[in-house]
Amino acid sequence: MTAATPNLDRADARNAAREARKRKLQAFLFVVPLLVFIIFAFVAPITTMLYRSIHNPTVANLVPETLAALAEWSGDDMPDDAVLIQFAADMKRMANDRTSGKLADEINRALPGMSSVVKSTARALRRVDDAEIASNGATLLKDANDRWADPATWRALKAAGKPYTDSYYLTSVDLERDADRSIVQRDTQIYVKLYTKTLRMALIITLLTVLLGYPLAFYMAHASDKMANFLMVFVLLPFWTSLLVRTTAWIALLQTNGVVNSTLMALGIADEPLEMLYTQFSTVIAMTHILLPFMVLPLYSVMRGIDQSYMRAALSMGSKPLGAWYKIYLPMSLPGLSAGALLVFIISVGYYITPALVGGTDGQMISNIIAFHMQTSNNWELAAALGSLLLVIILLLYWLFDRFVGASNIKLG
Amino acid sequence: MKKHLTLLATVALLASPAVAQDLTVTSFGGAYGAAQKEHMIDPFVAETGVNILFEDYGGGVAEMKAQVEAGNIQWDVVDIEVIDLERACAEGYLEVLDQSVLPDGDDGTAAADDFIPDALANECGVGNIVWSVVFAVNTENGPGPESIADFFDTEAFPGKRGLRKRPQVNMEWALIADGVAPEDVYATLSTDEGQARAFAKLDTIKDDIVWYDSWSQAPVLLNDGGAQMVQSANGRIFAAIKDDGAPFSIVWDSHVYDLDVWAIMKGSPNLETAMEFVKSATRTVPLSGMQDVAYGPTRKSAQALLPESVKQDLPTAHLDEGLKADGIFWADYGESLGEKFNEWLLQ
Amino acid sequence: MKRFPEYFTFWHIAGHYGLRVFAFLVLLFLMLPILVIMPLSFNAEPFFTFTEGMLALDAEAYSIRWYQEILDDQKWLLAIRNSFVVGFAAATIATVLGTVAAVGLSSPWMPYKRIITALLLSPMIVPLIIIAAGMFFFYTQFNLVGTYGGLIIAHAALGVPFVIITVTATLSGFDRSLFVAGLSLGASPVKVFWDVVIPLIRPGVISGGLFAFVTSFDEVVLVLFLAAPNNAPFRARCFPGCANRSIQPSLRLRPCLSCSRRRCCSHWKRCADVPQR
Repeated sequence: MTAATPNLDRADARNAAREARKRKLQAFLFVVPLLVFIIFAFVAPITTMLYRSIHNPTVANLVPETLAALAEWSGDDMPDDAVLIQFAADMKRMANDRTSGKLADEINRALPGMSSVVKSTARALRRVDDAEIASNGATLLKDANDRWADPATWRALKAAGKPYTDSYYLTSVDLERDADRSIVQRDTQIYVKLYTKTLRMALIITLLTVLLGYPLAFYMAHASDKMANFLMVFVLLPFWTSLLVRTTAWIALLQTNGVVNSTLMALGIADEPLEMLYTQFSTVIAMTHILLPFMVLPLYSVMRGIDQSYMRAALSMGSKPLGAWYKIYLPMSLPGLSAGALLVFIISVGYYITPALVGGTDGQMISNIIAFHMQTSNNWELAAALGSLLLVIILLLYWLFDRFVGASNIKLG
Repeated sequence: MKKHLTLLATVALLASPAVAQDLTVTSFGGAYGAAQKEHMIDPFVAETGVNILFEDYGGGVAEMKAQVEAGNIQWDVVDIEVIDLERACAEGYLEVLDQSVLPDGDDGTAAADDFIPDALANECGVGNIVWSVVFAVNTENGPGPESIADFFDTEAFPGKRGLRKRPQVNMEWALIADGVAPEDVYATLSTDEGQARAFAKLDTIKDDIVWYDSWSQAPVLLNDGGAQMVQSANGRIFAAIKDDGAPFSIVWDSHVYDLDVWAIMKGSPNLETAMEFVKSATRTVPLSGMQDVAYGPTRKSAQALLPESVKQDLPTAHLDEGLKADGIFWADYGESLGEKFNEWLLQ
Repeated sequence: MKRFPEYFTFWHIAGHYGLRVFAFLVLLFLMLPILVIMPLSFNAEPFFTFTEGMLALDAEAYSIRWYQEILDDQKWLLAIRNSFVVGFAAATIATVLGTVAAVGLSSPWMPYKRIITALLLSPMIVPLIIIAAGMFFFYTQFNLVGTYGGLIIAHAALGVPFVIITVTATLSGFDRSLFVAGLSLGASPVKVFWDVVIPLIRPGVISGGLFAFVTSFDEVVLVLFLAAPNNAPFRARCFPGCANRSIQPSLRLRPCLSCSRRRCCSHWKRCADVPQR
């Protein structure tokens, strides 16, 4: 408190504080229902997903006794026969419960090639009787597949049995742990390349929307009101048209016997159809089209507010148009430009539908691989890890956006 | 309060019933799906009044796995290739079926004798059709490739090749084209070197491959020029030639033949109705209807109903040129090869 | 001829017309797909290309068979119904909760405003695929996957940011003293909200609700992960990959469009789905 503050007695101060608290609480109470809803419907699911990327208790739940027996094992040479017998019994149980496939998947992720070993062993042990396993389990196991005689297999099992792991994050940046548990590059390098490709494509799309959107917004902002409203219809019509319709339309345009190829051939520009659909090219074009309104709308709303007399003054005093634009107009339109650019960039980094439909193998983005691991390879933990990394990238961008532009600048046209 | 009202309204909406679906049956769509609808689904609906939602899928076990692991069973009956069946059954995505309740053939033969042995070999399925993966060429521009080696020969036969995006059959074909004898294919594929060899062979045509996801896309690709030759289920091509007069021809060299079976999803809430459907769909007459799309029936009594003219188009007439798909191999290696295959695709 | 200021040189004028031409080319780029796809929906052939007959404007080459097919197919009708049920319910939840929250958020006394706003707007920023993956894991535990409830909740969450943005924008022009006046006259905050605030911000609420509805109506990704066959909305049926849900559903599509007053909505069916006889 400074001396300038008028004198207040304590009761007044208390009252004022209580009043402020009450108002804060009142305002907060309005938000509570939505906050609870969003936390349940949105925040909790995403947090669960983050958790899943480091927590995978599948193996620990499937073969707890074997893992307990392995806990004492040093890891250098073969575990005791007791461990092998316990595991043989577990395998028989899993073969009959039909859960051996799950174990196979998990161990295969720790040591590629193990999937078939586990499955064929489970099949071999399925009909062996319990007494035989109890007396002879270790031999049966080694007979079923000689990889059970390799300590590396048991190290993989022990590693897969840990409920908490960083291995999915390592995989999602193309790393893995070798036999000594030290981190090395994976044989196949895909995910880092995919992230880079995704970011590169998003950047290209953003630049294209700027190149196309800026002059259009400029023209519209300085046309007559009637003209501007008329042109706005043509920006909003595609914007309001379903994403799927627009993506499909690009298939009709770009396919082998599509509209673009037919036109090019009719005009004699191309002799044979160009291969455009199912490439990176088609993804970039279709996404540029879909995201262009997100660039034009914020640019337009900022440009409408720019006083034209500055430009006129510069031009009348002999400045070149480009020079005047660069020195005067561009800085004033920058808020709209940055809002549009970051919006387009953020949205395109996480895009799924359009690359899935027109991208082919070449035009796939990171989202498509996440979907692949969710739905086709069923490697949910890896999907979660890849998704978390993507989320970090997006949140970083959003933070930058909010910091330099302000999230409230997002306009909906 | 208003929130309360919304809650009530929401609950009321949630309680409003969707159109009653007593059974969801999933198969491969296209010409095959149409034949199944005509000979299996529609008669069953007419007889029992059960409401069936007939869905398409692209094959594979991923969706079944996702449904079972998430505890959210959406399908009841599913048409599955034996190449996937062993795995789906061993991993617990399918119910074990009581094959003793299957009805006798129309000629009175007991079911166990009437079905060909492979049809009941797996406890999770009841045989539906004998079919084959072949490749087909568009003959509009003159004669095309005649063997699987030609399929991999991009110099003699330039142009796009349509392949279904999965390792199954593609790996087998790559090895055969690379000179592995058909009987050694699966033994070779069991080794890392063999897998590398198959991928290396696929690499030679990688730039010329158009990947597709569902059998129903194959004839479309061939028709609209998206590919010069496509891998396809034989029936799709047969139907396109027979019904639409498409200028396609089937190459039977090194075809990979297999069975399709009806199976029931593990934990299906409509188990009894589902089993009734399986029993009904695998009777003699419905099975013989699959000749519409050149798929061989799995009952001997149904084979007897086929006219001679049809038999030469069935996979059973070409078994000596073909390779039997190995369901056990793919049960063991499907997952790991699937991941390798995907990484190979992305490289 | 348009008159230019006299200080304009040739390059100024060329630039002026150049800009105009460029702007119209960009607009053409924006409209092209829509112009192309509409006639294709009347294609009589089951292929997704312009046939010679269509180019020759031969009436035979055009047909309304795809519209007919949708209206005849129970699957499609069910999907359309689902779209409306889910869209309406989700928009209602988002609008009600969002409007109430927006009133709180635009209060000058609102604590932690920045972070809470960011949190409530985040469904708009987080990629759908991540939302879908997270919801799939989480909703499974509550048996919400494959139900109307799950989809409605998911879509309501997606609609919330739009409601917040539009209603907050309307509220920024709202005179708060009206609220305080109502309170000082002895009305409860709820009553003031209902009788004073709502009528004044109704336009913002309605447009927010429309946004939320359209968001739900046009949404595919969450549906692919969260819906079961019999409650899949229209869009999912339209998404050709829904049959096999793989990363490259490179199916040839066949669209048909029906243009309603406000927006176009379109309907697909896969070519290969049509019985071939």
